[in-house]
Amino acid sequence: MLSFSNISKSIDTWLNATFNSTWTMLFEMVIAGVGVISLFAILGLVLVLMERRVAAWIQIRLGPNRVGPGGMLQSLADTVKLLVKEGMTPDGADKFLFNLAPFIAIIVAMLLMAPIAFAKNFQLWDMNIGVLYVTAISSIMVISILMAGWASNNKYSLMGAMRSGAQIVSYELSAGLSILAIVVLSGSLNLNDIIQSQADGWWIFKGHIPVIIAFIIFIIAVTAETNRAPFDLAEAESELTAGFHTEYSGMKFALFFLAEYINVFIVCAIGATLFLGGWMPFHIGNWESFNHIMDYIPSSMWFFSKTFFLIFLIMWFRWTFPRLRIDQLLNLEWKYLLPISMFNLLLVTAMAILGWHF
Amino acid sequence: MQEFKKEVSFVEKNKIAIKKKNMFIVNYIKDVFNGVKSLVVGLRRTMYYFSHHKEIITEQYPDNRDTLVLPDRFKGEVILVHDENNEHACTGCTACELACPNATIKIITKFDISPEGKKKKAIDKFVYHLELCTMCNLCIVACPTDAIKMAQTFEHSVYNRAELTKVLNKQGSKIREGVE
Ligand code: SF4
Ligand code: SF4
Repeated sequence: MLSFSNISKSIDTWLNATFNSTWTMLFEMVIAGVGVISLFAILGLVLVLMERRVAAWIQIRLGPNRVGPGGMLQSLADTVKLLVKEGMTPDGADKFLFNLAPFIAIIVAMLLMAPIAFAKNFQLWDMNIGVLYVTAISSIMVISILMAGWASNNKYSLMGAMRSGAQIVSYELSAGLSILAIVVLSGSLNLNDIIQSQADGWWIFKGHIPVIIAFIIFIIAVTAETNRAPFDLAEAESELTAGFHTEYSGMKFALFFLAEYINVFIVCAIGATLFLGGWMPFHIGNWESFNHIMDYIPSSMWFFSKTFFLIFLIMWFRWTFPRLRIDQLLNLEWKYLLPISMFNLLLVTAMAILGWHF
Repeated sequence: MQEFKKEVSFVEKNKIAIKKKNMFIVNYIKDVFNGVKSLVVGLRRTMYYFSHHKEIITEQYPDNRDTLVLPDRFKGEVILVHDENNEHACTGCTACELACPNATIKIITKFDISPEGKKKKAIDKFVYHLELCTMCNLCIVACPTDAIKMAQTFEHSVYNRAELTKVLNKQGSKIREGVE
């Protein structure tokens, strides 16, 4: 059967048979890098188009409908436009940091791809601290935003960057706590183990109400962490023009833009892995025949459909809710989400110890 | 008596304070509940729109140019109404010119000699600067003979700004009989 794991395995055996181990290693790295970059490009095109279409339908419009059949090539045209534009650096900017910031943003997004299991036995790096790695790396994102804001030498950029710093640092807490709920239940930091622990049902069904609360908090927190509306204070078009990327143009702007969408994809992939079972098909307890039928749908299909479901959820939020003020934002985190998720973690721990979940 | 009253009110206040303290956690939960509820209401509304995307409200403009229906009150540009005999109702009174806040209209008058040999004021040119007009409708209201009105045309773009300066009275047109 043709699947991602079979393809990667056959490539690996072929390389091993033809070259010595060092070269194999190198070639595999190159293949992985090219794969990740092309995935980025495809994701960027698809997600931008999806966002515009979802926005249009929610606002009772048609959305892009000029370029290509039904406007399908709109984001491709936008990409070409951005590629041929001049990437300007303002005179007063700190040139080095200004040009470095978008690359840090994209590198962080790339690093985050490593532990994600796209399909059964298909993962760039199966590490035993996957969850910790993801939470740690994703907080580097704030550095690129602060760097961009500071180096632009523009008050709006700096203000956007500071807001974003406050926001990401505080929402990381509740995101971490809600992730911990799943870590407590599955007893492992390894993303593969977490997926395996959901073989008899996804955590969101097995974990009763506490896990559902953790899931909701996770979604809210990651929406804030990726700087998307209703938490898009960092950009806030109407007040800060575009926040930290006001001064960016051309490809450098495109990198920030891409990084935002890639981050959305990644947090949704993590959310799908933790709460909805990653590539694990929809299984119910020990209904063998039902589970067997579900296994016929390829695991990569399961993973991508769950991830895109979560992405749709986040887009739906964006086009429904009005933007929060900075004080409301911090209120929401420190007075509501954090206490609730702490209490919730306590509940989950009790549940895990007493074995109340299925 | 006075003292006693004070005492009572103090105790009363304390009771209220204690009650408030007990209410805090209730209010907190209520807050969360109400917040979530209002968000869900919003989400349901947008989901309704999302799933009914055939009921779009936007005009597909260049495609539906032939069938486009504009609302009555849409104001596109000022025109001078001519009937089939190439006659209009403008007496050249310049009320519209005076009413216009932007000096958009310039009425150039001349004197017609009537068959009886009497001199009569009439318009030579009704000059209208579309590029200055804000479509405020004041000239239309000011005109005593309802000679001008707002048209619904809106595709006004041209390559040369001079083309926006228009003479509204048509070639050889004259004032309708009986309009004073
Ligand atoms: S609509 Fe207003 S601005 Fe335009 S010509 Fe009439 S009075 Fe002047
Ligand atoms: S258009 Fe009306 S207001 Fe203007 S000059 Fe003619 S009659 Fe007078």
